[in-house]
Amino acid sequence: MAGGTVSGSTASSTYREARGWLLLPAWSVLLFFSLAPVIMMLIYSFLTKEHRGGVIWEFSLSAYDQFFLDRGLFGDEPPRIQWTYIAIFWRSIWQAGAATLMSLVVGFPTAYFIATRPATARPLWVFLITIPYWVNLLIRTVSMKFLLREQGPLNDFLQWTGAIDSPLQIVNTNLAVQIGLFYSYLPFMVLPIYAAVERYDFALSEAAADLYASKWTTLRRILLPAVKPGVIAGCILVFVPSLGSFLAPDLLGGARNFMIGSLIEEQFKGNAGNWPFGAAASMILLTLVLLLLLVFARQQARAERRS
Amino acid sequence: MQTVMSETSSQNAIDVQNAVKRFGDFTALKQICLAIADNEFFTLLGPSGCGKTTLLRIIAGFDEVTEGSVRLYGEDLGALPPNRRPVNTVFQSYALFPHMSVLHNVSFGLEMLGKSPAEARERAGRMLELVQLSQFADRRPGQLSGGQQQRVALARALAPQPKLLLLDEPLSALDLKLRKAMRIELKHLQRETGITFVFVTHDQEEALTMSDRIAVMSEGELQQVGASREIYERPCNRFVANFIGDTNLLEVTVDRIEGARAACHLGGGHALICEAVEGVRDGARVHLSVRPERLFATAEPTGPEALAARVVENVFTGTDITSIVELAQGPRLTLRSSNSERGNRRIFEQGATCFVNMEAGAGRLLVD
Repeated sequence: MAGGTVSGSTASSTYREARGWLLLPAWSVLLFFSLAPVIMMLIYSFLTKEHRGGVIWEFSLSAYDQFFLDRGLFGDEPPRIQWTYIAIFWRSIWQAGAATLMSLVVGFPTAYFIATRPATARPLWVFLITIPYWVNLLIRTVSMKFLLREQGPLNDFLQWTGAIDSPLQIVNTNLAVQIGLFYSYLPFMVLPIYAAVERYDFALSEAAADLYASKWTTLRRILLPAVKPGVIAGCILVFVPSLGSFLAPDLLGGARNFMIGSLIEEQFKGNAGNWPFGAAASMILLTLVLLLLLVFARQQARAERRS
Repeated sequence: MQTVMSETSSQNAIDVQNAVKRFGDFTALKQICLAIADNEFFTLLGPSGCGKTTLLRIIAGFDEVTEGSVRLYGEDLGALPPNRRPVNTVFQSYALFPHMSVLHNVSFGLEMLGKSPAEARERAGRMLELVQLSQFADRRPGQLSGGQQQRVALARALAPQPKLLLLDEPLSALDLKLRKAMRIELKHLQRETGITFVFVTHDQEEALTMSDRIAVMSEGELQQVGASREIYERPCNRFVANFIGDTNLLEVTVDRIEGARAACHLGGGHALICEAVEGVRDGARVHLSVRPERLFATAEPTGPEALAARVVENVFTGTDITSIVELAQGPRLTLRSSNSERGNRRIFEQGATCFVNMEAGAGRLLVD
């Protein structure tokens, strides 16, 4: 009896030990690919810039100073608030938000459509959604430019139908960037919503209709609350990468429709870069995203408690 | 003329006329004609796939008939969507709204009917009292037991005071004890509210316990419609006799019809006198159905119709003792006596010989 107990506890302790070792790959991935880059960024953002790119290992706040404060061309005027970068951030949030909204408006019905197909047909629809994403994002974004340009198929089509008289100027506008971002990240909206709607019990919709709710009320008060986690996941998955994106703004937005991603990219490219400044901008972006998510989560929790 | 017609049919809660429902090549309902009276506890009974749920969903408005019509108190329902029908449903899975409180679930239908939130809440509160769940009003459905959820579903469907309540196997997820208690509670609730109930089940005991009338369905067709007792005691065919309760089916040949009586004989030549039924002719080979509790065993024959038999097995089931006996002519019969002193029926040991007797009028001839 006693021997059995001893061997039992030995077995469980070896198991525990083994579990520790087995988790090692997961921990290393987390450490090397998640935590280490962020810490590196944080450190670099407090270093002094080397003029040909790179850093000098000397503590400095100048990157953050440059981001928020304007001290004139030669750095000797009294500091004023630097609006240039804040404006870029603001535009980025606005662009990413618009792209997220577009993805939601198109993605939700798409996800609903797929989730309501027969179970055997759904994998095919999901597969079709992902096919364009086998092609490199750069090529797809360039193609989008060709589709949207003044002599492109979209304008040709609209003119052919008589909807417009002269071609629309879409490329190099905010709208082009939004369309580009929307197209880049649409599947990230469709897939989580699809997963949520697929798990939804459609008897609930029947019950609502049975209790005199119209189709619209059923959607708003029964279906949407039930699939809300999927909708939120989709919005975050589209909003966050859109915010830091640089391909779509660079290729579709032209020189004036700059976003944070492009600003950061520039600091690390070629010889004109400023690594600490790029790192600082990245850190500010990261903090901003975290804050936004935190505020959102807080609000959700409060709404949850209230109902 | 038209007024007269609508008035006669308005006495019925539901009038189904020549309803056909096809799903692609599959015909779920074949020419159903059915009238359900006002204030009735009506049960659609049948095995899974017999079309009973399809019929219920058509009345609720979730499905449409391919042919035929359904009238509710004389009014053709046609393609009226479910949210425009004064009909509520208790779903098999309950389908309670998981993100709403119990009270909110019950008040939902009232709000949708345009009642003010205060009035809806007040009436929902009274419905919860009726099903004895007032103390759970603020809980979420997920925090309740199966039986409690079932009662919330019931309160939610009854709260808008529908003209008709549809119940789709609402008790199938409950354990036996709770199910039995709920049968009585449902019957009570139906009498109290005076609402017509249409209940769907595959459980014949459930149907017999609660229903005023039962419609037995099989393969998209109505087999028999009648009061519980009538269906049990006077089944119209082998399917009904087999599906409702246990029965002994014996092949018999009809020798002669004399008025209301039919002289028959069993395979081994043993003669029997039964009640004649419509469609039975001289010389016909038909089936005789006898309920196990209408048979009893004695040591000596009680009359010329007694059948010599040997006991194969006795099964004790608590309330009853079931004996399986083998007749001298071959077929086996099942006898059931209640486990009480007053029953005064003798149980023979396994292997013993005895005589099997049929109570007067217990045998029922079945043409098909």
